[in-house]
Amino acid sequence: MLSRTADHMYWMSRYIERAESLARLVDAHYRMSLLPHSGETLAQSLGSTMTALHMEDAYRKKHDTIEPRAVFEFISLNRDHSGSIFSCLRSARENARAVRGSLTSELWETLNSTWLEARSLVTRRAAQVDIGEFVEWVKERSHLTRGVTVGTMMRDEAFHFTRIGTFLERADSTARILTAHQSDLVPGADASKVPDPYQWSVLLRALSAFEIYRRSFRDVITPLKVAQLLILRGDMPRSLLRCCKEVYQNLRSVSNDQSAETERRAGEMHALLHFSRMEEITAGGLPNFLEQFLARLRDLSDRIASDFLLPPAEA
Amino acid sequence: MGSKPYNEMALADGTTRAHYLRYAQWLTHQPAERLAQKRAEADALFHRVGITFAVYGQDEGAERLIPFDIVPRVLPLEEWIRLETGLKQRVRALNAFIHDIYHDQQILKAGVIPAEQVLCNSQYRPEMQGVDVPGGIYAHIAGIDIVRDDAGEFRVLEDNLRVPSGVSYMLENRKMMMRLFPELFSGHRVAPVDHYPEVLLDNLRSVAPIGVTDPTVVLLTAGAHNSAYFEHAFLAQQMGIELVEGQDLFVRDEAVFMRTTQGPQRVDVIYRRIDDDFLDPLVFRPDSMLGIPGLLTAYRAGRVTIANAIGTGVADDKSIYPYVPEMIRFYLGQSPIIGNVHTWMLRRQEDKDYVLAHLPELVVKEVHGAGGYGMLIGPAATKAEIDLFRRQIIATPERYIAQPTLALSTCPTFADGGLAPRHIDLRPFVLSGRDVTIVPGGLTRVALREGSLVVNSSQGGGTKDTWVLET
Repeated sequence: MLSRTADHMYWMSRYIERAESLARLVDAHYRMSLLPHSGETLAQSLGSTMTALHMEDAYRKKHDTIEPRAVFEFISLNRDHSGSIFSCLRSARENARAVRGSLTSELWETLNSTWLEARSLVTRRAAQVDIGEFVEWVKERSHLTRGVTVGTMMRDEAFHFTRIGTFLERADSTARILTAHQSDLVPGADASKVPDPYQWSVLLRALSAFEIYRRSFRDVITPLKVAQLLILRGDMPRSLLRCCKEVYQNLRSVSNDQSAETERRAGEMHALLHFSRMEEITAGGLPNFLEQFLARLRDLSDRIASDFLLPPAEA
Repeated sequence: MGSKPYNEMALADGTTRAHYLRYAQWLTHQPAERLAQKRAEADALFHRVGITFAVYGQDEGAERLIPFDIVPRVLPLEEWIRLETGLKQRVRALNAFIHDIYHDQQILKAGVIPAEQVLCNSQYRPEMQGVDVPGGIYAHIAGIDIVRDDAGEFRVLEDNLRVPSGVSYMLENRKMMMRLFPELFSGHRVAPVDHYPEVLLDNLRSVAPIGVTDPTVVLLTAGAHNSAYFEHAFLAQQMGIELVEGQDLFVRDEAVFMRTTQGPQRVDVIYRRIDDDFLDPLVFRPDSMLGIPGLLTAYRAGRVTIANAIGTGVADDKSIYPYVPEMIRFYLGQSPIIGNVHTWMLRRQEDKDYVLAHLPELVVKEVHGAGGYGMLIGPAATKAEIDLFRRQIIATPERYIAQPTLALSTCPTFADGGLAPRHIDLRPFVLSGRDVTIVPGGLTRVALREGSLVVNSSQGGGTKDTWVLET
């Protein structure tokens, strides 16, 4: 397939996944904001989330304080910041439009109507948008897009590139959420501090991991187990291990003459997580681990881009 | 002028024409609310599917629908057969003309067309002189604009031999009609059009460079911001070929390759939807970001086919149009089945004198204008507009032609106050490859504004489904 087509496919699915990840974050915090006495914890969690998303500076230019409703609106509906959910939906649709002939009609129509709806919602009555409903809708549209992708696309290169986009983005998102909460996740770092149970449920719900946690551990929520679930569980759909496994497998299906080293690195990332134990990760320090993981992820996306998506001009 | 336009649906006495009887009967039984609801449904569907065209000069990314009218334009079989025969004849002669111009120029030597008319035309491409193209075919895809005059005669208004567009609307309009009103299709035997992409692909494959047995065909687009992008993506998808931009292609050793995830892949046939000027920055416009440097070298070496060929504009220019009936006689030895619209060439003194004396009655067109721009419609123009054209004609008469203001035929169309007659034309798409083929019908364009004769989508035109009835 055309490199440019692969590039658009890859970014199309990254943007939809990013929109969903953001919606999950907003959703979790929004629920938290509805609970009594959540003020300080909420503001703190929102602050670190904005930092992890690199949105804090842009937000501070418009607002003096972290005010939940303003943060929710900023992340969800902001038309100028390229990182907002609204912008992600637009970018997903723009990428899809550039290759609409290579998408199934169902997939194109799904992305197109998502964008049309989002646009009419935001342009007509941004102030009255019910944030809870909006993020719920975004999650649904993302589920639908993924379902249509899996349900209608041929299992060819195009499909594998959309999957690579999805799982690279998801790995990135999970790692960022973990980064935003890393201080709470290090066991015994601050023994005097009693972890707020709502904090955990925010984190777990943002990753659809709350129910999975209960089913996996049948135990109270402890920091070590949360980290273990989100990093090392192979059957947890949003864990780092699961995402790396999917990236590696899809990458092997599109292999070309120059991609051997990229595949090796993806395989190495997968193997590292597959054979690690939580104790080893915490021994080296969780922040350190996450930082390295994000750097490896960046390296991997750069390599994928140069191997497949934007090959240098031929002589 | 002043004469009553031909009504496609009704006879002069108000009774319905035979081929519209069944439809008219169906229509009288449709409650107004149902039709209104169906029209809204069509709009919503076109939006969702993204059947839009980009609007230049508006916000970036502005996309609009081309209005779709639910009343079909119906052609009886015998009329269509005559049209089809006439169109094939015309396109054969046009292809023969282009081949001749870029080879022996017999038609110029015979004095049928003044040589300077052709050789000094900006659309004449000296780069093509002596270049042999597969099958001698230049205009693989031709969109011939047909109008019906007040006497009910079909006439060719314009030949489009460069990158004619609109065929996707022909296909989507049919799909939409079948979706909205399936019952109409069980009651009528409407000739199908869905096979167009297949015929097109077969034609493109048939003109691959000699020796290529399984050619790779691509569609070259200017990109997602081009006004016809929807059509490019649609056709590429329907044919199962890659939709490429200039940046996806490169030339090496006089052959064209595309950049794929698996490395360079050879390209044999390029169905291009960008103009000659932008194809190869080394030869044509050096500032073109859309083209492929070196493409012309590969083309001239016969290593790749470009459809339509480079240099077809020399045959569809408005200054050449008046000579097409002569071409048919010259190359085919036949008399033209479909006539032209009478045309005054203002570089001729006597034509100029006549036109200047009758400007308020005539349509004046710029020879190189397209899309309904650069045009004066005398009866609808203000005195100032007429004076402006008068001055321009006196200054550079060779830049203009004039035609009588045609009373284009009308077809009932939904307007604000209900059904009302609106002027229409027809663009059938003529495909030349192994043979010359036409999918029955074409794209019917309709001028939605009352009394307007301009059917271009850029100027308030809409479209209709076009039916050729098999019985």
